[in-house]
Amino acid sequence: MKKTNPFRNRDVISIRDFTKQEILDVLKEAERFHKGAVPHEPLKSRMMASCFFESSTRTRLSFESAMQKLGGRVIGFSDAKATSTSKGESLSDTMRIVSNYADVIVLRHFADGAARLAAQVSDKPVINAGDGANQHPTQTLIDLYTIQKTQKKIDEIHIAFVGDLKYGRTVHSLVSALTNFSVRLYFVAPPSLQIPKEPLQEVKARQIKFSQHEKIEEIISRVDVLYMTRIQQERFTDNIEYQRVKGTYRLTPESLKRGKKTLCILHPLPRVTEISPEIDAMPQAHYFQQASYGLYVRQAILSLVLS
Amino acid sequence: MQQQKHQLRHVSAIKNGYVIDHIPTGQGLRILALLNLAIYPKVITVGLNLPSKRIGKKDIIKLEDRSISNEEESRIALLAPGATMARIRNYAVIKKKTLEIPSEITGLLRCPNRNCITNYEAIDTLFHVYRAGTQLRMHCTYCERVFHQQDMTDLSQLA
Ligand SMILES: [Zn+2]
Repeated sequence: MKKTNPFRNRDVISIRDFTKQEILDVLKEAERFHKGAVPHEPLKSRMMASCFFESSTRTRLSFESAMQKLGGRVIGFSDAKATSTSKGESLSDTMRIVSNYADVIVLRHFADGAARLAAQVSDKPVINAGDGANQHPTQTLIDLYTIQKTQKKIDEIHIAFVGDLKYGRTVHSLVSALTNFSVRLYFVAPPSLQIPKEPLQEVKARQIKFSQHEKIEEIISRVDVLYMTRIQQERFTDNIEYQRVKGTYRLTPESLKRGKKTLCILHPLPRVTEISPEIDAMPQAHYFQQASYGLYVRQAILSLVLS
Repeated sequence: MQQQKHQLRHVSAIKNGYVIDHIPTGQGLRILALLNLAIYPKVITVGLNLPSKRIGKKDIIKLEDRSISNEEESRIALLAPGATMARIRNYAVIKKKTLEIPSEITGLLRCPNRNCITNYEAIDTLFHVYRAGTQLRMHCTYCERVFHQQDMTDLSQLA
């Protein structure tokens, strides 16, 4: 008996729409692509529309190369100036029209909730490639894939989030996804950039153990994964405060000495100064691998949705 | 039944219209504002801080010759959950119900998140409503943010 694929023609809008089992299924599929254990060009003659109302070169190239490696074709635009939106056309209308041409729509948009709306009006599946400050589910799946790859599991891990936890969309989504697992969370940030109430509510509701800290040193010996984020200058009104915070949340080989040998450092990239370049060559550095896994995860998503 | 009739007449009876009773005290004036009754030309009877066995103190509003739309009813329910609404015809109650907070609110409220797609496109908002203690929380289906009652401008303008 053939197992039915629950992802077929399904929209991928928010990581909150995924159950634990569904997350694990996507990661398993990504693993198959990673190993190359997949048929040749499974999406031959299928069409992906890549609709980027806000430019994001890295995400767009990742999706487009994933589709092409699967044998599919790509149409689309890389910023809103090229579309009728600049003439005042609504997102809903653009999506209705694009859905006539493509089998799947990959959407990046500046407004929160744009992908949910697009999915309602389009009769083809929509994959959210980032909607404002809200969600970027494939990025979250890449983070989870990297954690599973380096730790051989997700359950039972101790993970610390470091830096700007207030504005970081990637942090909020990953925290939300991790509430499906039995993990221990540490939030390391200056008080002004600590994790907001909302994601914490989700953590509390699932009875996940967590704690908040101001210094990396307080937790470094206890964690399996360090998820670093960029601290942006525009979040600070006071430049002296920014310089101080930037220094405090900077990772150096010295600060890793007390950490586990198997410690895994992740970062959604681009980074600025929060990870010193000497760490790049150390075995704990996994952020470049994390970026390279994007291809497998997006291949997995596209093939699950379209086959 | 006898007692109920007596209660209704506490302020003064109306012939046709609506009686909104058991309004948590303080919300009566907000409901008047919400229904835009400052410019209503017919009889409105308002009782504030009346003694109530059920909720201690209550407000009551009686509207002569005015109907209440479903949308208005939902808004009243959000301001005064637990209030009762009775339709009166010829001095008699012909329909009465207790207003409950809807679990979903479509199109009624504006999303307080200015970057929410519902504030760019001409579409209905959709909020899921749930209780957190005595407070209400509203979750926007689109931007996935959760708001407190007092964040909702449509409600707080009246608050
Ligand atoms: Zn919203």
